[in-house]
Amino acid sequence: MKSARFLMCPPDYYGIEYEINPWMSRKRAADHDLAVKQWNDLHRALTSLPGLTVELMEPVKGLPDIVFTANAGLVVGDLFISSRFRHPERQGETRYYEEWFADHGYRIERLPDDLQFEGAGDLLRAGGAWFGGYYFRTDPQAHASVSDILGEEILPLRLVDERFYHLDTCFCPIGDSAIYYPGAFDEYALRVLRERFADAIEVAPEEAEQFACNAVVVGNWVILNSVSPKLCKALSDRGYTCHPVELSEFIKSGGSAKCLTLALS
Amino acid sequence: MPSEVVELKGHIVDSLGLPRVLDAILAQGGTFEIEEIEIGKTRSEQSCARITIEAPTAEKLETLIAYIEKEGVRRLDQEDARLEPAPKDGVFPDEFYCTTNLPTNVRISGAWLPVERIEMDCGIAVEDGRAYAAPMNRARRGQMIVVGHTGVRVDAPEREDSHDVFEFMTSTASSEKPKAPIISEVVRRIIETKQQGKKVLLVAGPAIVHAGASASVERMIRQGWIDLLFAGNALPLHDIEAALYGTALGISLEDGKPTPHGHEHHLRALNTVRRIGSIAEAVRQGVLTKGIMHACVTSGVPFVLAGSIRDDGPLPEVITDVLQAQDAMRAHIPDVGLALMVATALHSVAVGNLLPTSVEVVCVDINQVTVTKLLDRGTHQAVGVVTDAALFMHELSAALPEHEEVAV
Repeated sequence: MKSARFLMCPPDYYGIEYEINPWMSRKRAADHDLAVKQWNDLHRALTSLPGLTVELMEPVKGLPDIVFTANAGLVVGDLFISSRFRHPERQGETRYYEEWFADHGYRIERLPDDLQFEGAGDLLRAGGAWFGGYYFRTDPQAHASVSDILGEEILPLRLVDERFYHLDTCFCPIGDSAIYYPGAFDEYALRVLRERFADAIEVAPEEAEQFACNAVVVGNWVILNSVSPKLCKALSDRGYTCHPVELSEFIKSGGSAKCLTLALS
Repeated sequence: MPSEVVELKGHIVDSLGLPRVLDAILAQGGTFEIEEIEIGKTRSEQSCARITIEAPTAEKLETLIAYIEKEGVRRLDQEDARLEPAPKDGVFPDEFYCTTNLPTNVRISGAWLPVERIEMDCGIAVEDGRAYAAPMNRARRGQMIVVGHTGVRVDAPEREDSHDVFEFMTSTASSEKPKAPIISEVVRRIIETKQQGKKVLLVAGPAIVHAGASASVERMIRQGWIDLLFAGNALPLHDIEAALYGTALGISLEDGKPTPHGHEHHLRALNTVRRIGSIAEAVRQGVLTKGIMHACVTSGVPFVLAGSIRDDGPLPEVITDVLQAQDAMRAHIPDVGLALMVATALHSVAVGNLLPTSVEVVCVDINQVTVTKLLDRGTHQAVGVVTDAALFMHELSAALPEHEEVAV
């Protein structure tokens, strides 16, 4: 297996302090100790994989969602394209993400002020092309702007279900194919997905609600919150091994395994 | 129709971004034209389409574009209207924007302002965050006037699928059309206007008096169906002549025969009113006891009398400065919902020029040319009825309910 690096941020200050997606409710607080345990389980699951390293960044008090490092920005080689968060509640994270990437020798690019872009949460590479989710958090114009920077094709996909507000909550590249939840896309986006990924795994609503698409795929391993027998079989038929890690306390914030990690290489 | 050019850039072909946007435009009631499209030659190269979008109204266009902006469309001509100061009193800057009588909006500091008191053939003045149509002769030196077409948006008239009798009358006015359904439609519209709290304006020529329809008009005024009268010198003069002498231009209104020295009647009537000082005073003194002008004065219906070069006298209330007369009429326009223009070519066109398209216009004349002329001068919303004015007013008056307050 090729070596892989991820960035994570410990959940020291994680909690539900505001509501910026339908999953979040201040009335339904996250159990902090359980969240720390779940995060450690995920961290352990990743670091136990051969050749995989996890970098950690310092958590910041008052920025509970900084644990969701997938939204820091987009990493391509030594380039870091910094996110422009839609919600003011998360905009404070940018400074710390940029500091970390600058300290670690990355080139930092920023998109024009008037665009919103939430990094690897909404931009994923699959089957030789980039797919960009837009509407709830990222502007389609931002994908055109990132495409200008990368000089690569980005196919914007229109998201239609507020519960699946980032592309990585309803779409997961796996090898040359993908796992996705059809209900999260408009008809045009679905046509594109079905044309591109004839052998994709389409998950059911109840699987999507368990964040089945918010998976970390490393080599033949798929790490995710929970897996239905059906999805497990579909993945094992393709040669993948599922590694469920309970992440209920983060799902209360609308994020799971993928959201808690950012692939660095 | 208001339109705007937008740009859609990105991998819009393979992602179906372009069909998504075009379908959305149609679904939202707009239409589009692709002005230019550059398709990326390689996978990585982006495509770019420039699309002109049209919608029935500026408001709908705004909603539509706001909707497709979320699909990646960028606005291109998002520029404020350009303003230049008027170089001297009564003169607009070169390149001033010429208004139409359609609802118009101008973009100032990023916000769209409706042009108030819209009227055709004016400029647009912008002052204190408001925009309004300004007649050229009223421009003041230094007043900021919109120049060019940038940042100006005009609403096209809404074409509703109406199935009333007015539908087939929107073509050329013709005498060969049944009058009964027209009369009942006009009645309906008068009642509707009153129900909306708007005013009914009568613009009338002297033929109403000559042909003997004074009593009908008088009744409509007294019953509250007419709120405002615009005329020249002749209508009030012959109405007063009729009240004082029983003649119009010397012809007896009873038997239609010329009366001895009848040609002097209107001059003597003029002299009487001029001696008294005003029509209102003539009513107050009991000299004028009936007729259209008496009804106006006693019912509190305001009138604006605009003179012309061929006038005798004129009557004291007649405004002989045409610019002042226009302003006097303008002051009443904002409340008007329906204008009945009956048997007058000059005043119909003059008033038509001042009306926004939101005011319904019914033009009645025995001469098709008058109706056509009004339409040709830009009052496209006018509905023409080619018929005898007196008979029309008789029938209209008879078809209206007894009293405005009862019906409304």
